[in-house]
Amino acid sequence: MANTQDFATLAEARLETTASRLRELVAHLRQQRAQLREEWARLITEAKLLTAMTKEEIFAEATSVYDNYVEALETGTYEALQAYARNLSERIIPRGVETHEVVGIVLLLRDVLARSLFAKYREDFNKLNRILDAYEPAANRIAGTVAVGFVQERERIIREQQEAIRELSTPVLQVRERLLILPIIGVIDPQRTRQLTEQLLRGIRTNRAKVVVLDITGVPYIDSPVANHLVQTVEAARLLGANVIVTGLSPEIAQTLVNIGVDLGKMNTVGDLQGGIEEAERLLGYKVVPMQEPTAAHVVG
Amino acid sequence: MQVPILKQGAYLIATVQSALTDEDLKQLRDTLVVSVSKVRARGVIVDVTALDVIDSFATRTLRDVAHMIRLRGAETVIVGIQPEVAFSMVKLGLSLEGIATSLDLEEGLAYLDRKGKGPGQEVGTHR
Repeated sequence: MANTQDFATLAEARLETTASRLRELVAHLRQQRAQLREEWARLITEAKLLTAMTKEEIFAEATSVYDNYVEALETGTYEALQAYARNLSERIIPRGVETHEVVGIVLLLRDVLARSLFAKYREDFNKLNRILDAYEPAANRIAGTVAVGFVQERERIIREQQEAIRELSTPVLQVRERLLILPIIGVIDPQRTRQLTEQLLRGIRTNRAKVVVLDITGVPYIDSPVANHLVQTVEAARLLGANVIVTGLSPEIAQTLVNIGVDLGKMNTVGDLQGGIEEAERLLGYKVVPMQEPTAAHVVG
Repeated sequence: MQVPILKQGAYLIATVQSALTDEDLKQLRDTLVVSVSKVRARGVIVDVTALDVIDSFATRTLRDVAHMIRLRGAETVIVGIQPEVAFSMVKLGLSLEGIATSLDLEEGLAYLDRKGKGPGQEVGTHR
């Protein structure tokens, strides 16, 4: 019983000393603020980090990062710092700041502060050791927090953009009763092929389409898995009772398909989108005829 | 589960209502082949809208049905294959080549009507 109590007091004492050391550290960092901040900003410029920003901007950011850093050391809570890191990332990501730069500057700050501690306590090695015991875990955690905050923000932006691209990527348009067009632009990756198939088959069902024109004019190249997937999609559409006409195969794609040996016998291909629509109209039994000859009044205007 | 076969004009309509065992499929095949000439049908529609899986045996049976019925002098259309089912069939290499397929019952009937009028348009429904 007595022992447990002893341990408890010991642990408390240790906590107490860690806290008091951190307090001492924070006081030191506050006192040296101007100088350390300057030193840090200088090192950032020297290491050619944050090149997208001007010197003044770097200094302003350095100031607020410094203050947030010291505050996190003092309070031991990282929420404020996290929020700040997120906010900072939001501002600097559009300007092209890279992950290594952000990690680099935080690590630089950690080193600058550690150096100043070395300088201050160089007389008393034991004390320096104890101070570093308190400082290092906190500093590493801060560096981790900022880096993770930055990366998370970046990932959030990337996710948003992917979402936007996905939504844009495969429109299914009805041009006429029972005739759909799927214009595809950009590289088709496996994820997109799946989505394309799904959209196409759903579109056939909901619009009761009989003919679908799949226009791949805007596709720079396709590889063999994608080509096979396309052929399968065309066959699946046939099982739903729809005709698929593929248009706009570029010479490169035609070459690839022939080289790969994809069985194109089942595919109905037409040179361009216009031809594809004409073919589709023919299949559907439409015939486009010009209205009457333009009258003189129209021509003169 | 037995598949009801209805007569509608010159056509027979078999509507599959739930998943079928291999036995059920064989029975469907035999019944259809017998009844097609009994009622002098010109066309047969097999509606598989309710199926969410069509495996290799079912595919083969459907193909056999279509071929046998052609030999008995009538046309067969498979209608109502679900998009997901269609794609998984193709993935598994089970395509109903040479067999007419249509979106749904209505399209299937329209196809058979067109066929009855002799060679004409064959859009959307394929051979």
